[in-house]
Amino acid sequence: MATRGFTGRRSTGDETGRVPPGQHLVEDFPVLSAGPTPRVKLDDWSFTLKTGPRPVKSWSWAEFNALPITKMTRDIHCVTTWSKLNTPWEGVLVDDILADAGIAAPTGFALAHSYDGYSTNVPTADLIVGKAMVALRYEGAALTPDHGGPARLLVPHLYFWKSAKWLHGLQFTERDEAGFWELRGYHMYGDPWREQRYTND
Amino acid sequence: MTDAGAAALPRRWQSAKIVRIVQRTARIKSYFFDLPEPFAYQAGQHVDVRLTAPDGYRAMRSYSIASGLGGAGPLELAIERLDDGEVSPFFHDVAEVGDEIELRGPLGGHFVWSPADGGPLLLIGGGSGVVPLMSMLRELHSSGAPVPAALLLSARTWDEALFRDELIALERELGSFALAFALTREPPRRPEDYGRRADMAMVSEVMARLPALPRHVFVCGSNAFVGTAADGVVAAGVPATSVRTERYGA
Ligand SMILES: Cc1cc2nc3c(=O)[nH]c(=O)nc-3n(C[C@H](O)[C@H](O)[C@H](O)COP(=O)(O)OP(=O)(O)OC[C@H]3O[C@@H](n4cnc5c(N)ncnc54)[C@H](O)[C@@H]3O)c2cc1C
Repeated sequence: MATRGFTGRRSTGDETGRVPPGQHLVEDFPVLSAGPTPRVKLDDWSFTLKTGPRPVKSWSWAEFNALPITKMTRDIHCVTTWSKLNTPWEGVLVDDILADAGIAAPTGFALAHSYDGYSTNVPTADLIVGKAMVALRYEGAALTPDHGGPARLLVPHLYFWKSAKWLHGLQFTERDEAGFWELRGYHMYGDPWREQRYTND
Repeated sequence: MTDAGAAALPRRWQSAKIVRIVQRTARIKSYFFDLPEPFAYQAGQHVDVRLTAPDGYRAMRSYSIASGLGGAGPLELAIERLDDGEVSPFFHDVAEVGDEIELRGPLGGHFVWSPADGGPLLLIGGGSGVVPLMSMLRELHSSGAPVPAALLLSARTWDEALFRDELIALERELGSFALAFALTREPPRRPEDYGRRADMAMVSEVMARLPALPRHVFVCGSNAFVGTAADGVVAAGVPATSVRTERYGA
C-alpha cells in the first residue's frame, strides 16, 4: 500500500479537520480555466435567470449591485487538490435573486452559464437557504477577470469548478443536466468530502 | 470542438510499475510505466498519481500523458523537479525502475486533440507544459494525418527545452510542422527561434507560419505563461472558443 521511500514532505497543514481527503492547503489562490480569460465590461454585463428556455428576469450591473449584499467567509476546495481556508466573499445570495424575481426555486436542478460559453450543473438545494451566492467581491475588492470577475457563482461546499467564473446566468432545469465540465469527465455533484472528482467517483 | 473520450467509467486506481527512467533535461525526467490495466487515452489527457506514506498520509498530483499512440506501449510521464515540492522531488530522488506507483486515468476530456479533429493546430507550451502537446504531435506523426501544426515552446535555455531533439526531428520529417523555441535566458540558436519571453508579437509570428488561422489552439504551462499566450492568440484574431488552456499551477 505504502509507496516505497515516500514519507510525505509536509502535513496537510491542517489541524482543524477542515481539509477534505486528498486535498492540501495553499496560501495563494491558483487559477484554473478552460480557455482564455474573458474580459466583460460592466456596461455590457447582465445576469439572466431562466426556467428552462424561458427568461424570468434580467439585471444590469447597477441593478444587480442594488440587490442585498451578503458577506460569506468559507473554505474552498479545488479538484486539482488545493484547498484554501477562510476565503472572504461578498455578493448576492441566490435566495435574494429569487426573491427579487418574485419566484421560489421552480425546479430541483440548475445550470450556471458563463460568458465564455461554459456551464456547470448544481442541484437547487445546494444553491438556496444561504448556501450559495453570486460573488462580486473577494477580500473586499472587485473580482479580477482571472478569478471570474465581474461576477462568479460561489458554491463553496462543492469542488470549486462548480463555482462558475464569468457568470452570465442561472437556468433552472427539470432534470439534472450535465454541464460543460460534467460532460468531460468531472463528477455530476462534486462533494469534496466524498472525493467526487471524476464521473462516478 | 470534439470532446469524446469522457466515457462514463470510474477510473480505478492501479499500481503501475516503473519500467524505464530517462533524464530529459537537467530538471525533467521521463518515467515509463507498465499498467496492469492499460487504457486508451486521447492526446492531452492526464493521470492522477498518488503516493502513500507508511502512516497513511497521501499526496496526489496530476501529470499529463506524454506518450502518443493512445495506449499501446508503456505510459510516459515527464516530471519536472520543483526543489521545494513534495511529489516531484520524490520522483527525481527516490523513485527507481521496478517501483510501483499508484495512478489512475485517463482524466480530463477538454484539453484533448485527436487527428480526426484536424487543424491547423497551434500549440504553445511553457516548460513542462509541452508534455500534453508532445503527445498530440506524436499522435499526429503516427497517424500520418495531413494536419498543419505549429509549436511555440518556451524554455529557459536550449538545453532545458524538453523533447528538443525529437521536436527538431519531427520538424524535418513532417512537411507541415513549424517549430519555434523561445529561450528566456539565452540568445536564440536558430533563425526561427527567439531569445525572449513569449509575447503577443511572437505568438502572431508563429501563427503566421500556419497556412490558415488555427482551428484548434492548445496552451499549457504555468498560470502566468498561459494567461499571456492565450491573450496573445485571441488578440491575433483567433476566436476564444478555439483556444483551450491547461494551467499547471502558480
Ligand atoms: C492537469 C495537470 C497536468 C500536469 N502535468 C504535469 C506534467 O506533465 N509535468 C509536470 O512536471 N507537472 C505537471 N503538473 C503539475 C503537477 O501536478 C504538480 O503540481 C507539480 O509536479 C508540483 O508538485 P510537487 O508536489 O512537487 O510540488 P508541491 O508540493 O505541490 O508544491 C508546488 C510549489 O508550491 C509550493 N508550495 C505549495 N505548498 C507549500 C507549502 N505548504 N509549503 C511550502 N511550499 C509550498 C512549493 O514551493 C512548490 O514550488 C500538472 C498539473 C495539472 C493540474
